[in-house]
Amino acid sequence: MIDWLVDPLTHGFTVRALIEIALLGVTSGAIGCWVVLYRISYSAESLAHGMFPGLVGAALLGLPLMLGGATGIIIAGLLIAVVGRLSADAADTAIAVVVTSLFGLGVLLALSPDSPPGIQALLFGDPLGITEGQLLVTALLGATVLAALWFGHDRLLAVGFDGDAGRAGGPSPGLIQGLLLILVAVTVLVGVQGLGNLLVAAILVGPAAAARLLTDRMKPMILLSAGIAVLSGVAGLYLSFHGRVAAGAAIVACILLAYLSAAFLAAAKTRLVRPTRKETPDEPVTQLV
Amino acid sequence: MAEPAIAAAHMSLGYAGRAVLRGLEFQVPTGSRVGILGPNGGGKTTLFRALTGEIEPLSGHLEVNATTATVAQTDRSRLDYPVSALDVATMGSLARLPWWKRPGRAERRRAREALAEVGLAELADSTFGDLSGGQRQRVLIARALTADAELLLMDEPFTGLDTTNEQRLEELIDSLAVKGRTVMIATHEVEQAERWDLVLCLNGEQISFGDPAVAISKPVLEATYGGHIVEIPGQPELGVLPAHHHHHDEGHEGAGQ
Ligand SMILES: Nc1ncnc2c1ncn2[C@@H]1O[C@H](COP(=O)(O)OP(=O)(O)OP(=O)(O)O)[C@@H](O)[C@H]1O
Ligand SMILES: [Mg+2]
Repeated sequence: MIDWLVDPLTHGFTVRALIEIALLGVTSGAIGCWVVLYRISYSAESLAHGMFPGLVGAALLGLPLMLGGATGIIIAGLLIAVVGRLSADAADTAIAVVVTSLFGLGVLLALSPDSPPGIQALLFGDPLGITEGQLLVTALLGATVLAALWFGHDRLLAVGFDGDAGRAGGPSPGLIQGLLLILVAVTVLVGVQGLGNLLVAAILVGPAAAARLLTDRMKPMILLSAGIAVLSGVAGLYLSFHGRVAAGAAIVACILLAYLSAAFLAAAKTRLVRPTRKETPDEPVTQLV
Repeated sequence: MAEPAIAAAHMSLGYAGRAVLRGLEFQVPTGSRVGILGPNGGGKTTLFRALTGEIEPLSGHLEVNATTATVAQTDRSRLDYPVSALDVATMGSLARLPWWKRPGRAERRRAREALAEVGLAELADSTFGDLSGGQRQRVLIARALTADAELLLMDEPFTGLDTTNEQRLEELIDSLAVKGRTVMIATHEVEQAERWDLVLCLNGEQISFGDPAVAISKPVLEATYGGHIVEIPGQPELGVLPAHHHHHDEGHEGAGQ
């Protein structure tokens, strides 16, 4: 058992992968709570898919992935914003068309004869191939995102609660939502290194959704979500190391498992704690957790 | 005379260039309680939106010389949100704090006081979404109090309150006015509006404005509510609204508080 835990730690690449996934877990677990509360999971996923041609382009040209990813995400973000504006009535459809086209373009590029091998790492991530430089980038950007979230916590909470309704002098909803989207874009960019284009949305949304089921307060939700993300990430890496399965897929499977366990716990708790809810709808249920 | 809290002149309001409320012409002195009467769709909420700056007048002038906070009509707030009543009340302090400051202990204490002021001291730590409709309404009022606003706009705050809490809210409005706050209350209860300092009757346009004793009359109420007035026996000059105007939906305040 001890060997099972220690074995991976004797390899530099697994240690780097563990650190990467822990950093990524804390960051995306925390911001994921806001993604879930603001109901912008769809935007987050759109950004991840829309940046794909940028990533592939960088791989083909031999440029740093982060550079390609950043360019891709900015272009995708602008296109989504413009198209969403142009066709306000069918913004959903328009954005879907843009995102799918961008993703298709990326796939076309990736299938071109002179694409380097290992381009599938862009789709499914390659946590075991993380370099020290990439770790540093993850740490710096992650710390920036977390600092911004800490700093803006109360404004985010207020705007998500009822936007303009209670405002007058308070934070501007448009500004707060815009800043949140930028932070989400940065997190997606960081996450793609480890988890790839297709799976990064899972670590953004899954742990937060699981945490929401377990608590009725924002701060515990953020802590739980970050904890679930880190645990799932680490567990997934161990599974991958010992079971020789793809790391990204193993991590996503662990996140799914965490979510299902949370749903089970929440259902059990509702049965135990709230049996009289129907009869006395006016009694506030005091402190569930 | 001191500067009025609100001055509107030849003002019309509307959406996308289409006026829904015309002929607004009134001045509200600081510290007064103003009732706003009008049928559904009469323009009460629209007026509030103009006062908070959410919409601009289509024509005419509007001057608001006060920091403003609203208690929204149907709570646009979300019930699935992971916050306590205290968290919500504390949000009001963001209106006073500079953008780089986070609410701290002092703000939370102020929020607790505000919750106590609306009679919710014991429920401060309950989850907002688990409260009854009337209790949630009072949490939103506490949030407006925490904002320390000089002008409070309450959009049908009595909807869903039981008699005890209705009385308590009226006392709260009185005490706010005594402390120099200006309070505007949209309501469907004519009798209530008669007890306050000023009344503004709206029905797509300003029907009348002023001291309720003068500004509320049978013709005014007929113009405001379109003639469906029930006379009060023994008081033929006044009337009350037919029952369907009192929409006591949603909230159900029980013994639980
Ligand atoms: N966002 C909007 N866009 C366009 N028209 C609107 C909008 N909001 C309200 N209106 C219109 O403006 C008119 C006044 O509406 P308002 O909500 O101000 O009435 P109200 O007096 O608050 O009614 P109620 O008693 O039902 O709350 C209505 O005819 C309504 O259809
Ligand atoms: Mg209204």
